[in-house]
Amino acid sequence: MIGYTRRNVRTEMTRKAVLEAAGDNILLEKTKGHIFTGLCVAATLFGIVSLAALLVYVFRDAVGWLDWQFVTSTPSRFAEKAGVYPMIVGSTFVVALVAVFSLPLGVGAAVWLEEYARDNWMKRIIEMNIANLAGVPSIVYGLLGLGFFVSTLGLPHGIVLVGAFTLTLRVLPIVIVSSQEAIRAVPVSHRHASLGLGTTQWQMIRTVVLPESIPGIMTGTILALANAMGETAPLIMIGAATSIFTAPRGIFSSFSALPLQIYAWSDFPKQEFQHGVTPAAIIVLLIILLSMNGMAIYIRHRFRTKKS
Amino acid sequence: MSEELMQVQTEIGEEDGLSTILEIRSLHFHYGENPALKDINMKIYRNRITALIGPSGCGKSTFLRCLNRMNDLIPNTRVEGEVLLHGRNIYDRDIDPVRLRRNVGMVFQQPNPFPKSIYENVAYGPKMYGVRSRTALREVAEKSLQQAALWDEVAGRLQISALSLSGGQQQRLCIARTIAVEPEIILMDEPASALDPIATMKIEELMRHLAEAYTIIIVTHNMQQASRVSDYTAFFMVDENRSGYLVEYGKTQDIFIQPQNKQTEDYISGRFG
Amino acid sequence: MKGKQLLNDLQKRPGRYLGENTMKGIFVACALLSIITTAGIVLVLVFDAADFFRNVSILEFLTRTRWSPTIKPTEFGVLPLISGTLTFTFCTALIALPVGLLAAIFLSEYAGDRVRGFIKPALEVLAGIPTVVYGYFALVYITPLLRKILPGISTFNVLSASIVVAIMIIPTVASISEDAMRAVPNSLRLAGYGLGVTKFQVSTTIVLPAALSGIISSFILGISRAIGETMAVTIAAGNLSRIVNPLKPAEAFLEPIQTMTAAMVEIGTSDVTGDSVAYKSLFAIGLTLFLLTLVLNIISQFIKARYREKYE
Repeated sequence: MIGYTRRNVRTEMTRKAVLEAAGDNILLEKTKGHIFTGLCVAATLFGIVSLAALLVYVFRDAVGWLDWQFVTSTPSRFAEKAGVYPMIVGSTFVVALVAVFSLPLGVGAAVWLEEYARDNWMKRIIEMNIANLAGVPSIVYGLLGLGFFVSTLGLPHGIVLVGAFTLTLRVLPIVIVSSQEAIRAVPVSHRHASLGLGTTQWQMIRTVVLPESIPGIMTGTILALANAMGETAPLIMIGAATSIFTAPRGIFSSFSALPLQIYAWSDFPKQEFQHGVTPAAIIVLLIILLSMNGMAIYIRHRFRTKKS
Repeated sequence: MSEELMQVQTEIGEEDGLSTILEIRSLHFHYGENPALKDINMKIYRNRITALIGPSGCGKSTFLRCLNRMNDLIPNTRVEGEVLLHGRNIYDRDIDPVRLRRNVGMVFQQPNPFPKSIYENVAYGPKMYGVRSRTALREVAEKSLQQAALWDEVAGRLQISALSLSGGQQQRLCIARTIAVEPEIILMDEPASALDPIATMKIEELMRHLAEAYTIIIVTHNMQQASRVSDYTAFFMVDENRSGYLVEYGKTQDIFIQPQNKQTEDYISGRFG
Repeated sequence: MKGKQLLNDLQKRPGRYLGENTMKGIFVACALLSIITTAGIVLVLVFDAADFFRNVSILEFLTRTRWSPTIKPTEFGVLPLISGTLTFTFCTALIALPVGLLAAIFLSEYAGDRVRGFIKPALEVLAGIPTVVYGYFALVYITPLLRKILPGISTFNVLSASIVVAIMIIPTVASISEDAMRAVPNSLRLAGYGLGVTKFQVSTTIVLPAALSGIISSFILGISRAIGETMAVTIAAGNLSRIVNPLKPAEAFLEPIQTMTAAMVEIGTSDVTGDSVAYKSLFAIGLTLFLLTLVLNIISQFIKARYREKYE
């Protein structure tokens, strides 16, 4: 051991002695390592296993309650009669509109950022701004919808159009960023080939860049729309009903959406709802989301193999 | 062929009263299906500097990494033969590579100090081995930096980031870090190839001092460096199957002045390489 | 003759570029929409919150300890809501950040490419489940389970909601931290192994510190998402606004709470009229929430940028 007298006179120890004095900690470190690895694996699996278990629970509860009648009926206080038809229509309608609005706006912004904008402060500010918007809580978008579309513009509460506008703003950052990535992936050589033939910039974008980036754009947009499908808080803020009996007829109709109905039903403590109807509604929503994600993955794979 | 080599080496050993610290016997190495090293037989002598030279791609660095089992970290590799450290084969089932590497240290081609302070870099090894006392660590750091000929340049600035040093200083820091844990053997993989001539000179000088306490094996593509610095030189070549093999091994003076093998002679006189 | 004609042909024609400039203009407008959106958010929040502060002083808002927008006697102290948000966020972070980090270490340092190819998409699924569904899971499945271990837990409580929201944000923390760790040059790991140090030591004393800024950035992002989380906490954590006593963790985590976001939902679903003070308070909370997450996001970007030059 290092000798240390009170008056700070040290005995010189060789490095070797110091290291030897510390002993052999390899076994200890390896044991620590094994425990640590175990913790890491447990952590990685924690979320996956928990979600899998929860999905099993909800699926088991939904069995028997999820049938054709459920999907075609209107909501009701009576569990056997309850259905989600108006919500399915409402959700689909709103998300379809979100697609119509967000695609051109999002791709347009991405085109400008990738093809036209020079790498200056303006571009950087816009990109930073988009990144910030992605991080704004979705309920704040609801307040924006409420304060602007409803109060300022005077549109009625809780109609399809307002819901679509609000959710469009919410998912726009996602569409822009994934479109940017898709556009960026188009090789520079392809652009040069076009320009070299004497096309204008817009012609080149229209005929080369956009067609090649469509799969990537579609993938990103579908994922963004899946996001929109699950959104609840913004729709509550703009006044969408948490439960409704009629499916929306037009863009000025009142509407409700699947997640909103789930929220409303989560308050019903009756056994048939908690372990029957509501799980069925959840499964319907998850099936829709699964199909959307599946579509996105399919597009991504199909066009990736096509290229190579 | 290899038996003759072994005989020559044993003769050398008996001449100088040297002790063998490492003995490589029939070493073969494979990256997946490719045979990278073929039937290497060598003895490394304690407290001497042994240089490994040869054209690029002949497996010198791969061979070096076999000596401290760093190749174990690459998936899909296979080792045949033996590497005996003090008579024990380091590839034995019950040998712990971690423990081995505490005894056989390595300095890499690109200086790779940790993004920490100078002190933390040098003290890293002993700290990881369990040395707790701050005073002990500081002493070890000081001594190692002195031995690595870096102390004068950094004393009093130990808290600054290691990355703010020049390339040559960083490499000496890496050397200090390696000797802080008192290995017996130091493997150096082209330690000066990324450095300027002056820094290279300092490293070469450093090596000669270090050889008093350690055994050094250095891979270099610079023949002049090998002839300047080393006591023994091993010349590697690559055959049609892209396997590396040992052509000639002996005292550096002998190899450079009077090589036995025509291939060696051709390489040294610059006819290829 | 021909040369002159060629020169004429090469000259720019006014009509030709009209279409070009129009398209360019359209694209710029699309890009500027994002700025307009931010401006819109700020304006709406500030103006309507200002309207609120004409009726309720900022002092009362920031210092009173009771939040009761509709039930008389009405009081608009935001502290219980902030306390609720902080408590919930703290509990969520306590679970999500370490778990996310350990998962990232596994993915970066231990898992092979095949394993990573399975696990990463699986983790993405966790992030894709709507928060309403998570809230429902917390209320209906997790709370009863917890009740078996902690019998005193109430039906609406912070812990259940925290668990599900943690599950939701673990992928974010894990993926950003993993990226940061994989960016650490392999030469540093080799230096560690060369010194005779175990994999555990290399991962925790070399890779982790080197990737620290990215890891912290991922933590801040995760926290920011927990702060903005609405539905899970509204469904599962109840609507009891109270100030949490940090010295009594059982009370803090096992009882119901009301976060800023849940309070907004409560007002949004109640029958307040559009010009009432209670309605306007919605925007005051919204403004507070927006500022909070904005600051966090900016800090996170700053940390990421500042330490990016670390290796050079």
